Amino acid sequence: MDLTLNVWRQTGPKAPGRFEKYAAKGISEHISFLEMLDLVNEGLLAEGKEPIAFEHDCREGICGSCGMIVNGSAHGPKKLTTVCQLHMRNFKDGDVIHVEPWRARAFPVIKDLVVDRSSFDRVIQKGGFISTNSGSAPDANAVPVPKHDAESAMDAAACIGCGACVAACPNASAMLFVAAKVAHLGRLPQGKPEKDRRVVGMVEQMDAEGFGNCTNHYECMEACPKGIDVKFIAEMNRAYAKAGVSRTEEKADGGTG
Amino acid sequence: MYANITGENPYAVPMRIYPAPHYTMGGLWVDYDLMSTVPGLFVIGEANFSDHGANRLGASALMQGLADGYFVLPYTMGGYLATAGTSSVKTDHAEFQAAAKAVDERGRKLMGIGGKRSPDSFHVELGKVMWDECGMARTAAGLKKALVKIPEIREAFWKDLRIPGGASDMNQTLEKAGRVADFLEFAELMCQDALAREESCGGHFREEYQTSEGEAKRDDEKFAHASVWEHLGEGKAPAMHKEPLTFENVHLATRSYK
Repeated sequence: MDLTLNVWRQTGPKAPGRFEKYAAKGISEHISFLEMLDLVNEGLLAEGKEPIAFEHDCREGICGSCGMIVNGSAHGPKKLTTVCQLHMRNFKDGDVIHVEPWRARAFPVIKDLVVDRSSFDRVIQKGGFISTNSGSAPDANAVPVPKHDAESAMDAAACIGCGACVAACPNASAMLFVAAKVAHLGRLPQGKPEKDRRVVGMVEQMDAEGFGNCTNHYECMEACPKGIDVKFIAEMNRAYAKAGVSRTEEKADGGTG
Repeated sequence: MYANITGENPYAVPMRIYPAPHYTMGGLWVDYDLMSTVPGLFVIGEANFSDHGANRLGASALMQGLADGYFVLPYTMGGYLATAGTSSVKTDHAEFQAAAKAVDERGRKLMGIGGKRSPDSFHVELGKVMWDECGMARTAAGLKKALVKIPEIREAFWKDLRIPGGASDMNQTLEKAGRVADFLEFAELMCQDALAREESCGGHFREEYQTSEGEAKRDDEKFAHASVWEHLGEGKAPAMHKEPLTFENVHLATRSYK
């Protein structure tokens, strides 16, 4: 199939960006969206032009590296699918496709479709550690976990941190991401001892990074390639409120106890 | 995931299964504590050679991540830190300066070739040679052919590569070129290793060494060892060290699926 691409090109964080038009000709329906971009890039390289920069790694939908807005939707039109797993059979001959980077203040554009998502890393870092004994591995059944908690934690842990939730949100809120990360440890017994410190630290960092707030549009859940449920946001808000009430200041000397 | 990629429902249409290259088997040499030849540099998980070589089975990343992380590193890395201590490392160290200079020069060299071809075009060409001559079934004749072709591709790479853009900002073509340059060296080593191993073992089938029924024929007398190749510098042939495989509880036998 023959397609027309309008791709956002931006040479650097401070440079002005613009859409550039490219023809993608003879595209097989069996290749992925990123493979289609690879072909366009080979064409650009043959002309001595700079290829379109975009992030990718595993191309199996599990690493969270890729992500772009395709025709207004984060990761493109197919539900529960990262853009690397989006295949060209979801498009038809003659389609005009607009490709843009994630747009959010906390995700500045580095180049073309590549944005700086280190704000997510800093949110994760604020989550801190979990207390665990070092040394030999514990027996698998030493800490019983109720099945419902295990499954719910697993649902939250499915988040790959791609940033689609932020890109899809009219407020550029990172609440779905942060909520998933808070829940996946907070639901498990191993994550309980630090749960208050974790949720407060992560939410404060989220705000400091310039992400917006949640006003219940649920666009994040629609865009999420891993189907993370917005119920985790409610859970995070509750945990945050509870932590604010019950949290005591940590003392550097460990207290007098 | 299968349905997503192929557009076919595997419940209705038989799944199409075909062989494909899946990483390289083996990895960086480490000692029993998982430390490399560089003191303090631990190589963990699949990046090291310790648990796989002749075969690299599914989920070995998970297995090795857990095994190394749970059972080995809590003792060995802590032990290293306790004895070696930690100190702040400064970037004005002579070794750091030399490494930074080498990386910078390599980037400039790649950028300055000014040829016509993309890194991917060399990658594809190299991949085809490896697929044809160093795939699941290989022969001495094919491997020798590959060992002629790879240096030719490498020479063409260093003469005819083109990288648009600059080296000071994000340049994914430069990143890719650096990797392809590494692959060109590594592919040659893989072929040398495959040629030296005159037996069929695990996922590596040397066509000359098979039973009358076409099964893999090992030679435990000569090849019950891991081959460890030491890099002696650019342009120099690597040196091979043999790490014998000794079996205390399980004795070497040939697995048969019949």
